[in-house]
Amino acid sequence: MLFIAAALSILTTVGIVFELGKEALLFFRSEEASLAEFLSSTQWQPAILDFGIWPLVLATLTTSVAAMVVALPVGLATAIYLSEYATPRVRGTIKPVLEILAGIPTVVYGYFALTFMTPLLRSILGVSVVEIFNTASAGVVVGILIIPLVSSMSEDALHAVPMSLREASYAVGATRLESSLRVVLPAALSGITAAFVVSISRAIGETMVVAIAAGAGPKNFTFGEDRLFGYILNPFVAGETMTGHIVRISGGDLSYNSIDYNSIFAIGLALFVITLTLNVLSRRFVARFREVYE
Amino acid sequence: MTAPGAEAGGRTSDLLRTSSQMRRRQRRGLIARFALLGALMVAVAALVTLIVTILNSSFGLVAVENERSPEDLVASRGYPAGTALGDLTKEDLVAILEAEISTNLGRRFEREQRFFSDRMVFEDLYVLNDLCMTDDPPPACYLRARSHSQVEALVVERVVEPTIVGTWSFFSSVFNRDEVEAYAAEKHPYAELEFRSWLSWDFVVNPQSPEPAIAGIRTALLGSLWVVLITLVFSFPIGVGAAIYLEEYARESRLTAILQTNINNLAGVPSIIYGMLGLAIFVRTLEAITSGSFLGTGGETTANGRTIVSAGLTLGLLILPIIIINAQEAIRAVPGSLRQAGMALGSTRWQTVRSHVLPNALPGILTGTILAVARALGETAPLVVVGASTFITTDPAGPFSKFTVLPIQIYQWTSRPQDEFRNIAAAAILVLLVLLLTLNTAAVILRNKYSRRTA
Amino acid sequence: MTTVGKPEVNENKRVDLNVPMRTATGPALETVAMEAVDLNAYYGKFRAVRDVNLSFRDRQITALIGPSGCGKTTLLRTLNRMNDLVQGARAEGEVRFHGQNIFDASVDPVELRRRVGMVFQKPNPFPKTIYQNVAWGARINGMKQDLDGLVEHSLRQAALWDEVKDKLDQSGYSLSGGQQQRLCIARAIAVKPEIILMDEPTSALDPVATLRIEELIQDLKVNYTIIIVTHNMQQAARASDHTVFLNMDSDRAGYVVEAGTTGTLFTRPARQETEDYITGRFG
Repeated sequence: MLFIAAALSILTTVGIVFELGKEALLFFRSEEASLAEFLSSTQWQPAILDFGIWPLVLATLTTSVAAMVVALPVGLATAIYLSEYATPRVRGTIKPVLEILAGIPTVVYGYFALTFMTPLLRSILGVSVVEIFNTASAGVVVGILIIPLVSSMSEDALHAVPMSLREASYAVGATRLESSLRVVLPAALSGITAAFVVSISRAIGETMVVAIAAGAGPKNFTFGEDRLFGYILNPFVAGETMTGHIVRISGGDLSYNSIDYNSIFAIGLALFVITLTLNVLSRRFVARFREVYE
Repeated sequence: MTAPGAEAGGRTSDLLRTSSQMRRRQRRGLIARFALLGALMVAVAALVTLIVTILNSSFGLVAVENERSPEDLVASRGYPAGTALGDLTKEDLVAILEAEISTNLGRRFEREQRFFSDRMVFEDLYVLNDLCMTDDPPPACYLRARSHSQVEALVVERVVEPTIVGTWSFFSSVFNRDEVEAYAAEKHPYAELEFRSWLSWDFVVNPQSPEPAIAGIRTALLGSLWVVLITLVFSFPIGVGAAIYLEEYARESRLTAILQTNINNLAGVPSIIYGMLGLAIFVRTLEAITSGSFLGTGGETTANGRTIVSAGLTLGLLILPIIIINAQEAIRAVPGSLRQAGMALGSTRWQTVRSHVLPNALPGILTGTILAVARALGETAPLVVVGASTFITTDPAGPFSKFTVLPIQIYQWTSRPQDEFRNIAAAAILVLLVLLLTLNTAAVILRNKYSRRTA
Repeated sequence: MTTVGKPEVNENKRVDLNVPMRTATGPALETVAMEAVDLNAYYGKFRAVRDVNLSFRDRQITALIGPSGCGKTTLLRTLNRMNDLVQGARAEGEVRFHGQNIFDASVDPVELRRRVGMVFQKPNPFPKTIYQNVAWGARINGMKQDLDGLVEHSLRQAALWDEVKDKLDQSGYSLSGGQQQRLCIARAIAVKPEIILMDEPTSALDPVATLRIEELIQDLKVNYTIIIVTHNMQQAARASDHTVFLNMDSDRAGYVVEAGTTGTLFTRPARQETEDYITGRFG
């Protein structure tokens, strides 16, 4: 009985792989689409049967990069401060703040992106530069929501560095900063790398913020015709991410066995493979970190 | 080698007046300290800004245009000026309705719910009695008569018909009131400015409506409760069972290692993928079960398996790894000596687990479960994919009803172009956050109580 | 400062002043590297070290002995303000170093620690190469010239050079426990301290490695003042010039029972408590 309960988790994984794989296979074997097109085309327009995943991937990359630009420095700096500088009282105040940040539903962050971050960016950079729906605003807010993840995992890693190493560096006359950045941080590096990798995975899989604030329509492009920085890599224009597209398509009327239905499973499979790879990678880093200190 | 004395004398002042190199290093350390603190403040500022943004939209001035002014109505019943609509007697309010709405509409209202228990206003008593004899009697046959406040609400909704023509945030309402008033006077000359709290008791108990001024979250709130209930019923026993197996029964084997790795990996799968799994398995493959048609009760055939059950099971799969991992930790924290004590008394492994391990691990397990439920309560993406309804006004009748939940409602309202929907989205967010905060506080209290006892 | 109702405290003080404080006045001053005056150390409300008055002679080895938990390590860590890093730890009284009280607000603990180095119980090399381990402290302290020479010199002084000269770019963790501890000593030497504090530096090592460290400590005293905490009386008797015996009362606060030259203290202790301890009657 209990074993069956435990085995259900395996069943879940099998279910995910099987269902995503099955529908994706139907998609790739259909007349309208092919794996080659899926992986090479820069147009995603189901209406005229163009199924190239790159516009969605590109938007996902844009939001994730923006998220990382916010989350990594802030998260890591927070972790260093909490682990190396903060008094117990400061820790006691800041940790709950981070826990609350981590517990707020992502749809709320979506609201925040649309009603605060976008107007803010537009007032700073100009309404002609920043579109109402844009990947930068969504990305920055995704970054904010990932800060607690980065900081708590990094802090764990920093915390695991033995006190004796800190003492050793203080004993040769290092300042707190030198000791933190040049002894403790390098010693915790693989644990921190793990935190970074997991955060990237989280940013790629994040859905509601991008569905609300990034835009509702794939950012199709053509190399040579569209300007690289003016449009293709411009974070201030609208773009639909992989997750955003899945939500928009499945939120509408969706009939089974249609090419639309199958296509979102193909995207889902790609998403699953990417995030799983990153998570496994992160676990490796953590394991290596543990080997050193345990 | 210099003489010790000379050396000591030469260096005496060093500790006091540190070298310029030392001062530089210390200054760098200080700057870095402030930089780190600044980064940390970014995180705090983000939370504060987020909450302020939401509060800012939840309260503020609105410009309301009435179809009929309440003053006229009050005057028409002979009350002095300045009397509020709510101060009128129920009889007067009903009389206003009689005068202002069509008899047909009045009949419909009266069939839904009577105005007085002892007399009829619009409908004929015999007609109603006949209707009550049929197989499908109207609600008026078994409901009590409308209360004073219900009648008042009806007058406001059908006669006064207020429409919100403009809304302002809390900050502009308070700090720029003059500008707001000037703007409103110019743009909406017939409208009245009033301060409105979008979050109110009415907002919590009113059903969904296309009109933001009277829309509420009752439907979504009930939907959330139903879905979370199913989620809990599904994932709690299985999650705890799996944790017990992994911690108490499983030997160190390849299979166990695979199970453990698999659970850890599942915890990192994006939630939208669970939505797709739910769509493929619960909504589509198991439609016969999840739509309730196997029971013959699937009255709402329109649901097509996009029901509360499907949603609950999907979220159940989503939080299962979280529950398992948390429960494992709680069970692991039970000292091994307790198990040995139990075993030494000749009890079986299961008896030991049941009477020694589980009671001690229970607070930890519950804490983890509460946090997992909080997670489920806030999930949106998987439920969009599973097929939450975008607009339902009726309370969910059971597990096989169509569903919407609070986060979905927030998502819908946020995506609307009109400002008023942003306001009610903000109010709904407040309700959701209060719910989550309550759950989290409960978890923290439980955890503290638990750790104090074992300490 | 005295504790009311505890006359033996004053007595201790007098005994304590007896031998080493002889040097505290007059022309002998230059031979004192560091002295503690009415030093008390606390963790929160708990007093771990009580009313310590001691002088540590320049370029001599002073051993701190006493039963475990009597505050030897706390006393040692107070001398270079390493205990600043411990939450709730504080010190009262004075520690004079070059005539300056190290607890003065104007004293920079970083500079103090550069000049009063420390070697810990367990070897704790940085997760860096052997070369980096030695050079790091010098580098952050702005000594940029001839790092190679400094590394070689420090490793030679720590009697480790011949064993590691061909693998300087390997991790410090690749060395044996005893080698790691000598690496830590080399690391401490490299920043040119005046005093080296050693907290039971051989307690985690095997006898052969311990012997090498003890020999090394003897060699080091030519250039450095060494204060060493040890629980091993043999070590204190054989390897030190001066010995300080600490004990504790029922309040668990450590105080100095007796201090003097090692020869005197071990052969003709002035106090019964000391004799009981060194002859193994308690502790």
